[in-house]
Amino acid sequence: MTAEVLLFWVFGVATAVGALLVVGAKSPMSSAIALVATFFFLAGIYVLLWAHAIAVLQVLVYAGAIMVLFLFVIMLLSLAEAEISAPVMKISRLIGGASTLGLLAVLAVAIWRLPPQGQLIAGPQSSFGTLRALGELVYTTYLLPFEAVSLLLLVAILGAVVVAKARI
Amino acid sequence: MVSTQHYLLLAAFLFCIGMFGVMVRRNALVVFMCVELMLNAANLTFLAFARQRGDSIGHASAFFVIAVAAAEAAIGLAILIAVFRSRGTLNVEEIKTMKH
Repeated sequence: MTAEVLLFWVFGVATAVGALLVVGAKSPMSSAIALVATFFFLAGIYVLLWAHAIAVLQVLVYAGAIMVLFLFVIMLLSLAEAEISAPVMKISRLIGGASTLGLLAVLAVAIWRLPPQGQLIAGPQSSFGTLRALGELVYTTYLLPFEAVSLLLLVAILGAVVVAKARI
Repeated sequence: MVSTQHYLLLAAFLFCIGMFGVMVRRNALVVFMCVELMLNAANLTFLAFARQRGDSIGHASAFFVIAVAAAEAAIGLAILIAVFRSRGTLNVEEIKTMKH
């Protein structure tokens, strides 16, 4: 068992457990903390995929910025004991669980039947996955989407202020 | 050597957990977190195929997904704050009308 396989299973199982905790936790605060942990382990998986730049962005943007926003909103709204006394077996839960299992089975079969060219390239070229390669691509080929995303973020900032403010 | 299929199966599992949470949980905040899980599953798929093909375009896609997710979280949480201010609850079963 090589180090890559070992790390994949460690990070993969930790990611799956974290995701299950996000869905299963009682309070939103526990869900948020479990989600932060999930993002960190997922960043480890990204490093295994040679996507170092995206792994750094994942930690900075997701685990840093977005989750801090979530935590602030949770504390701002003080949702203590908001979600308790859930009936154990509701029909919506049954339908949700059944359709989720169905989708998972379909996806698993589809992935299993992928053509066997699924061998990873052993050693990609040295610039693969670095911030330099990503930056070259984003600033040349995908310049227009990049500028569109900057406009989208600007609109999101203004929209968040307008929507969340009580009186403008 | 871990094959692409392992990563794809992990992504499918993450996506299904997120979908289950969106359908089952009633706290709108937790529903949002499950949407973030599903977005991350999509990112993992992009990166797995980028690794298989030795191609950086998947990385650019994941980059844009992260940026759009940040915008989505900002707007969505602002809407949740506005809803909580006017209704006093975040239970998605009690938020039935769009009327203010």
